[in-house]
Amino acid sequence: MAAAWRIERSTAASRAALFAVALAFAALLALPARGDSGDLRLAVEICYSLALAQAWNLLAGYTGLVSVGQQAYVGLGGYAFFALTVLAGMPPLPSLALAGLVAAALALPTAFVVFRLHGAYFAIGTWVVAEVFRLLLAQMRPLGGGTGMSLPVAVVRDLAQSRGARDLITYYLGLGLGLGTVLLVFFWLRSRQGLALTAIRDSETAAASVGIDNRRTKFAVYAIAAGIAGLTGALAFLEKLRISPDAAFSVGDWTANVIFIVVIGGIGSIEGPILGTIVFFALRALLADYGAWYLITLGALAVAVMLLAPQGLWGVVARPLGLQFFPVQRRLRPLNSPQTAPEAASPGRGD
Amino acid sequence: MAWTNIILQGALLGGLYALFAAGLSLMFGVMRLVNIAHGDLIVLAAYCALMVVQATGVHPLLSLVAVVPLMFALGYALQRGLLNFTLGHEILPPLLVTFGLSVIIQNALLEGFSADSRRLQAGALETASLRLGDQLAIGWLPAIVFLAAAVIIALLEVLLYRTPLGRAFRATSDDADTAQLYGVGIRHVFALATALALAVASVAGVLLAIRTNFDPSIGPARLLYAFEAVIIGGLGSLWGTLAGGVILGVAQSVGGALDPGWDILAGHLAFLLVLVIRPRGLFPKLVD
Amino acid sequence: MSLLETSGLAAFYGDFQALYGVDLHIEEGEAVAIIGANGAGKSTLLRAIAGQLRAPAEHVRFAGMPIGSLAPSRIVRLGVALVPEGRRLFSSLTVEENLQLGGQCGRRGPWTLDRIYRLFPMLAGRRRRPSTALSGGEQQMVAIGRALMANPRLLLCDEISLGLAPIVIRDIYAALPGIRAEGTTVLIVEQDTSRALGMADRVYCLQEGRVTLEGAPAELSRERIRLAYFGV
Ligand SMILES: Nc1ncnc2c1ncn2[C@@H]1O[C@H](COP(=O)(O)OP(=O)(O)OP(=O)(O)O)[C@@H](O)[C@H]1O
Ligand SMILES: [Mg+2]
Repeated sequence: MAAAWRIERSTAASRAALFAVALAFAALLALPARGDSGDLRLAVEICYSLALAQAWNLLAGYTGLVSVGQQAYVGLGGYAFFALTVLAGMPPLPSLALAGLVAAALALPTAFVVFRLHGAYFAIGTWVVAEVFRLLLAQMRPLGGGTGMSLPVAVVRDLAQSRGARDLITYYLGLGLGLGTVLLVFFWLRSRQGLALTAIRDSETAAASVGIDNRRTKFAVYAIAAGIAGLTGALAFLEKLRISPDAAFSVGDWTANVIFIVVIGGIGSIEGPILGTIVFFALRALLADYGAWYLITLGALAVAVMLLAPQGLWGVVARPLGLQFFPVQRRLRPLNSPQTAPEAASPGRGD
Repeated sequence: MAWTNIILQGALLGGLYALFAAGLSLMFGVMRLVNIAHGDLIVLAAYCALMVVQATGVHPLLSLVAVVPLMFALGYALQRGLLNFTLGHEILPPLLVTFGLSVIIQNALLEGFSADSRRLQAGALETASLRLGDQLAIGWLPAIVFLAAAVIIALLEVLLYRTPLGRAFRATSDDADTAQLYGVGIRHVFALATALALAVASVAGVLLAIRTNFDPSIGPARLLYAFEAVIIGGLGSLWGTLAGGVILGVAQSVGGALDPGWDILAGHLAFLLVLVIRPRGLFPKLVD
Repeated sequence: MSLLETSGLAAFYGDFQALYGVDLHIEEGEAVAIIGANGAGKSTLLRAIAGQLRAPAEHVRFAGMPIGSLAPSRIVRLGVALVPEGRRLFSSLTVEENLQLGGQCGRRGPWTLDRIYRLFPMLAGRRRRPSTALSGGEQQMVAIGRALMANPRLLLCDEISLGLAPIVIRDIYAALPGIRAEGTTVLIVEQDTSRALGMADRVYCLQEGRVTLEGAPAELSRERIRLAYFGV
């Protein structure tokens, strides 16, 4: 009897999801043929919001590192990109990649300091750090000081001569960042480190007692999330063509919205941030004319979700249906009757 | 003499930061709740005072008579109606709910009062100063702010260590389950802690609004100063928090004297320095 | 009418059931002991009575009043005080403050700070010390004093001898007659069977969440107790 079980990750739903994702991907690849420049810009924003949301979810939902200072790395990435292209004269595409690395590299010494704080204090500590970076960059004259700077036409031309071609390149970069982050988080969670992550989330002491090096995993996740934020910053400010400390290190744009996306969509799952991103942009389109009311609504919605359905909208939708599009958990199911509803096994037990 | 003056001004400013911090510290102490909306609630109190002053024409300091009870009641309701439901073993709910609250308050103030800078006019009090020597003078207003901070912290200490309510606060902080066994209604006690925290925050908000310009967006920065004062001073020690505020104020004032763009940055750097060399703060008392 | 009566009392920790329909009754003025092996559910029973674990209201009656669903802070006001397992003193409060906190629920009665210090004279000289600076026996005295300060009609004591030297245990048990003399009813959980039989008017034995034996010490043979205790 004991042998009549099989451990598996993929389910009918996840195979259907794979198909749907492939379909959506094809549609996204084809978007530039139909959409105008405004559509593409919106699509890029959606993509990097998704990337930030996935990265924040990896931090807060899986590693227990609730950061409200991710704007530090968006800003650093953006400024690194401007510095590399404008001051060092590097071509835009390599600068973009390097900007992500710079953000990730700066995250390591920062982690050394902020990891001394725990829980909510860690959250505020990361915010202080972001403010430090903002104030430091406001002091840097070559990068425009407090007022910021514009991207010179020469750099923009270097990316592509025509506006249409530039839109196309940024669009595919955005798409790559968004999808790449989803895949990165997906495969990371399925790896050994991924299991370690879930263990840390569920209990730090338990994870420590089975020999998972919390500290190293935390450093790694923090640096990866910073790298993704850095790439986002580089891409976002390449598109905006202008950077300033206030815009680059805005807690509202780069962290608050992202937190709302993850909380509303569903923290601790890959599907949640995707759903959250869709809801976020739909709400924004709907409430575009209401100014501050839009953010009040968003904040109230996030508070309500946190209190009434802490698993988020995805949890509300998926839990009763047993849906899982991105199967990171192993499921234990009897071999003889594969149709019966699968019982989710705790992730540590597989392999 | 110039430096003495700079340090003195910074120390006095630190009183305001300690007032920002006292409420945050109290809430954390009693229920381990870190209120991310604390700065925005300070700003909310400033706007309440503005409305009172505009409606009645009284001196801003007199508006405290209305604003303090109002914020006390708001704090009680906020804790009983919302924050109590976030408390438990997980860290995310209180953090994210107060973060959401912060965004809600900021935008509600923006909607109600626009992004314009405001100020509470305190008349002669704003410019009056006390000469202590040739080049040394302290303004009455900064002196009053500092005194208010010291008096309020002393009162909070008396409350915590000399009254039944303070005993209930400390017992709840130690072990809420056991405190309930002896008749402490912890939901009520938590609500009183938040009410008191907001009452103190409202004094801070009104004094802030007399000292400087304010607008709906400045709450988060006040939260960070409050937080830094608490951490520098060490968790759980109110006099430590006052010392933390003074250190922060002096760092800002010295930084600003070296280069006008460096004031706030110097404060943050002082905080990070303390964090690196003494992670538990300078005068820690609470374990956690 | 019994002072305390439980009927069909069940208790759960999540999905785990720790008590299965416990029926017991205690009359005013009695001293009742509960014995049982580790994990039998003795502490769970006291915690359910004190309100730390919620039950349907009717499952616990105190002086005829259904209290099963009340919060602990309400139950103590009605006159039930628990000395919790492991003492659980408030570590940032002094000895005297711990006692005062116990009195904070506002019930009037014979127990005041002075009376507690007369009951446990060792505490009087240590009233300003932090409770953590005391020896185990002294801490247990503070824990009992704290519960008495609530002037309970029913005092619940959970293993007040836990981890203490025999001579200290004797001192603590010596205080019980004085407490009963004030008319206080006591329900005591005790692992040491002979001590329990020595002090109690009646004994209940719990095993795996069920009452397996009940009676006055004189009626119970060693053999029956052993059987009720271990189930073998
Ligand atoms: N907080 C808890 N969560 C889950 N299970 C618990 C909890 N407390 C107790 N239990 C379980 O409930 C059962 C009864 O425990 P209880 O503490 O009431 O036993 P006890 O008779 O007091 O034992 P002891 O003599 O060791 O104090 C045990 O199996 C125990 O493991
Ligand atoms: Mg026990």
